[in-house]
Amino acid sequence: MKPQTRKTYVSKTVAGLKPSGIRRFFDLASTMDGVISLGVGEPDFVTSWSIREASILSLEQGYTSYTPNAGLLELRQEIAAYLRRKFHVDYCPETEILVTVGASQAIDLALRAIINPGDEVIIVEPSFVAYEPLVVLAGGKPVAVCTSGEDKFQLNPAHLERAITERTKAVIICSPNNPTGTVQSRTELEAIARLAEAHDLLVIADEIYAELTYEGEYTSMAAVSGMRERTILISGFSKGFAMTGWRLGFAAAPDEILQAMLKIHQYAMMCAPTMAQYGALEALRSGERDVAEMRNSYRRRRNYFVASLNEIGLPCHLPGGAFYAFPSIKPTGLTSEQFAERLLIEEKVAVVPGNVFGQSGEGYIRCSYASSLEQLQEAIKRMKRFLARL
Amino acid sequence: MKLSEKELEIIEVLEKDARTPIDVLAKMIDLPVEETEALVKKLEEAKVIVQYTALIDWRKADGREGVTAMIDVKVTPKRGVGFDEVAERIYRFPEVKSVYLMSGAYDLSVVIEGRSMAEIAQFVSEKLSTLDSVISTTTHFILKKYKHDGIVFDQGDQDRRIVVSP
Repeated sequence: MKPQTRKTYVSKTVAGLKPSGIRRFFDLASTMDGVISLGVGEPDFVTSWSIREASILSLEQGYTSYTPNAGLLELRQEIAAYLRRKFHVDYCPETEILVTVGASQAIDLALRAIINPGDEVIIVEPSFVAYEPLVVLAGGKPVAVCTSGEDKFQLNPAHLERAITERTKAVIICSPNNPTGTVQSRTELEAIARLAEAHDLLVIADEIYAELTYEGEYTSMAAVSGMRERTILISGFSKGFAMTGWRLGFAAAPDEILQAMLKIHQYAMMCAPTMAQYGALEALRSGERDVAEMRNSYRRRRNYFVASLNEIGLPCHLPGGAFYAFPSIKPTGLTSEQFAERLLIEEKVAVVPGNVFGQSGEGYIRCSYASSLEQLQEAIKRMKRFLARL
Repeated sequence: MKLSEKELEIIEVLEKDARTPIDVLAKMIDLPVEETEALVKKLEEAKVIVQYTALIDWRKADGREGVTAMIDVKVTPKRGVGFDEVAERIYRFPEVKSVYLMSGAYDLSVVIEGRSMAEIAQFVSEKLSTLDSVISTTTHFILKKYKHDGIVFDQGDQDRRIVVSP
């Protein structure tokens, strides 16, 4: 028997990835009773019954085998119609749309499809925790561009320009943003577009929260003039349709890129879950009203929660989308982690420290308002108490 | 009455929870408290907000569970007046909780609450069927309430989500 001669069997790349900062708080919070968790990154709504029904029906009827790799054609057609209707972008369902296992998989595929070893990918921080590790796993080099609270976390095109080198391949833009809730305006997107064109970059547009925009009409990156040919539009059903556990997302991109993503998907995943695809089909056909109701509900809770945070002394900008408030805890003098840990232990309110989303998140906390109004009221009460004691 | 966007928001919120504190309501609709109060008052005075009630699950009050009946009433409408007068004669009784004019096989749907089936049966035979314009009544007793006015009884509001997620 060969003795173990290696120090570890784990790949250097994976060993080098930062462990998720979220994990630590999850481990802590899940051992405690009576915690009000504002650290949840998913809707507090159960998927609407008609969507669940459609999926159940597909199981009853025995639709349990693989679908085409790219996803059911009907679903891709509905997605194309949806994108045209809602965001005024046109994609061919046969060759430019891919149904994936969550938007997360779509991001992973996009990166793996375009990155050559050493290519740089710009990530706008504070950002979703998955982007950096996925860029690294795809063999690329993540480059952070910071946004700040003073600018309400809007991206300053000058900062973006400074970060571009000859090795830059793509920029990841998430709008509405997790964790800040910031929605990039059409003007900002156009400025990013000009830079992308000037330096021949791709934009990976993570638009998973697009349905949850509270003021004005949402502008998709792909709808900005000249951008359709260099945008990989990524979205899904998790947040708008409250289908997080279903793992159903999609990517829309020009033919060449989409086919490259499909190639990987064919080998690594085969297809997205069939029963989830039937659910998604129903979501697009009949889910509009439910989405509008959920949006209204989030908006009112956002209004209440953000006003209350400002009232108790945690300055917070009004986020234009998603369901996160990103208040500053700088007035307390504590670090994000200290604040979050103490708030959890002393008052049993769980929030996510902002530094988990990048260095520019230090001094902030992410609070999800995807919880009942009663829970939010109680959380505010406890936070007020906590602040009074500091 | 054409309601403004904010007024619609107010009634949507209050319909779900009539006890929403005024300062919370104000924050939700993004208006100052005084203005919110004024709008609520306006809606109350216009009888858009008719009343604030509490939805009680009487099954949980031992001995006071009571019985509810839904009665289909066929009526000869009075010449020149229609159904309104009969409807009024029926709804005047305090036991009668609801009276609706219906399309279809019968005319009025009447909801009655009483302490027992016998009490309701007595009311129907003595007070309702005997009314001049009433041709016939069909009484259905509610055996179990699963869902009422959008609220499901006996459903735990379990939050099954994992505690912290990215």
